[in-house]
Amino acid sequence: MSESTETVPFTEDGFGWVALAKGAFLALVVLFVLTPLVATVLGGFKSLGELRTNPFGLPQVWEWENYAGILGTSRYWQLLMNSMIISTLTVVITLIVASMAAFAFAHIKFYGSAMLLNYLTMGLLFPAATAILPLFIKVRDLGLLDSYLGVALPQVAFALAMSILLLRRFFRDLPDELLEAALVDGCTYINFFRYVTIPLSRPILATVGTITFVHSWNAYLIPLVMLNSDSLYPWPLGVMVYQGEYSTEWHLVLAFITLTILPTILLFFFAQKHIVAGLTAGAVKG
Amino acid sequence: MTAITERIDVPRRSWRPGGDSGKLTALVIFLPPALMLFTLFVVLPVGEAAWYSGFNWNGFGTPTRWIGFDNYRFVFENKAFLTAFKNNLLIIAISLLVQLPLALALAIVLSDRFRGAVALRMVFFLPYILAEIATGLIFSFVYDGDYGLLAAIYRWFGAEAPHLLASTTTAFPAILLVIVWKYFGFHMMLFIAALQGMDKNMVEAARIDGASRWQVLRFIVIPTLYPTIRLSVFFAIVGSLQLFDLVMPLTRGGPADSSHTMVSFLYNFGVTRMRVGFGSAVGVILFLICVTFAFTYKRWFMRHE
Repeated sequence: MSESTETVPFTEDGFGWVALAKGAFLALVVLFVLTPLVATVLGGFKSLGELRTNPFGLPQVWEWENYAGILGTSRYWQLLMNSMIISTLTVVITLIVASMAAFAFAHIKFYGSAMLLNYLTMGLLFPAATAILPLFIKVRDLGLLDSYLGVALPQVAFALAMSILLLRRFFRDLPDELLEAALVDGCTYINFFRYVTIPLSRPILATVGTITFVHSWNAYLIPLVMLNSDSLYPWPLGVMVYQGEYSTEWHLVLAFITLTILPTILLFFFAQKHIVAGLTAGAVKG
Repeated sequence: MTAITERIDVPRRSWRPGGDSGKLTALVIFLPPALMLFTLFVVLPVGEAAWYSGFNWNGFGTPTRWIGFDNYRFVFENKAFLTAFKNNLLIIAISLLVQLPLALALAIVLSDRFRGAVALRMVFFLPYILAEIATGLIFSFVYDGDYGLLAAIYRWFGAEAPHLLASTTTAFPAILLVIVWKYFGFHMMLFIAALQGMDKNMVEAARIDGASRWQVLRFIVIPTLYPTIRLSVFFAIVGSLQLFDLVMPLTRGGPADSSHTMVSFLYNFGVTRMRVGFGSAVGVILFLICVTFAFTYKRWFMRHE
């Protein structure tokens, strides 16, 4: 960092030392992040023997049957199906329940409004793990153990606080004149919510939906505690079971991991904007 | 026209029977689902945890063997719990001393516009959206002493690869590295979002006045990021307190209970053995730590936000 380059305003780095250091720094971090991922994907294409001698490089012989074998069994598809059902249930119920409550908190003045909102946002203060045993007993007593709903409902309950805060903020920013004009014309609150608020709120619904989906899709603890049957397992549980069975056959385990994270990576590429906006800006505003 | 403006100016007509635009109906339909779900699955379980923690109970029938605060004593006398608590503190330390500076540096470098900057952001954010379980399994491959990447690197130098996850001294440090790998991108994105909202004119003015790159960074960029840094620290600590999923595929808390976090301790000693009272006591302790931390931190460090 010599003074001469620093005191000239607006000079681009060009090929100076600063740019070089930045480039090297970035390259190092890219290597740090991508090496394990690339090695995992490629490892799925190798034989066990080759994995041992050549874990980094491209496979000498591409063993497509590792992947084909997994894709050809119902096991993989069953896991994805279970995850899809649980995540979809969680997202749909969260969006309906949270947007209704958020609308009430955003637009309806009533006694105790602030108090109830504070009550709900307490959910932000602690993780589900703190009460996992009583939660298990509650779900068992409700007869929901070992069912999709027994996983989805607790996930909804823990997603509510953040979702309501994000939705309420967005609803409040919609122009007041709309609601006032509609009420004057004899529209009810419920119809206004149904026909005006919801159609105008697609971006925030997409954001909240994406956050909830990603969390539910990746969740481990609640399904682990609530589910007993392999046939209901979502993929994080299933991949753990698979790893337990094939623990020494790393090439198969790597192929299985690759296939199970594939949907997440695809979703990430198609819904980048919502995911990044939701998981970061969402967290900040919540 | 006058009639219309008059009607708009009427304060609110909720007192008029039947003329409240369905306000009451809306409230009665809109609020209970959220309140009921939240009460049933979040608030009640926390209260029940406090109640169950006074019993020696296996979860079947009704709890009858009241043992007062003994469960808490058992928890604090348990060496594995103290290790788990220490491990949670280590996660916080590594998050603040390694992950946060790394995220900050990357955000500053990547907030400049250059070709590929956006793509790099996405690459760095990618680990954050991968499930902890998948991440843990990937790294148990990386660390594997026979087939793993680390083993290969050791072999290049002709050395025998260590089994990192099988040793009490190296298992938890190995987990710490995975934590940095997984979460730095999230914090980087927080910083990038804040930098995008920053007033660029101030930086330009400072550069025109002859401030060096370092001075701009030190006296303009970093101070504008203070609120975000406080937020990032908050998330790092809250996140560390609930870390569980990563531990399971890597070590399950072993070897010899050396790599537990408080939640994995709770799962291992409370849930799998159905010691409801004991596990609830751990849950209550964790709850109190989280709530106390959240309130104190917000009061001391985030008053203005």
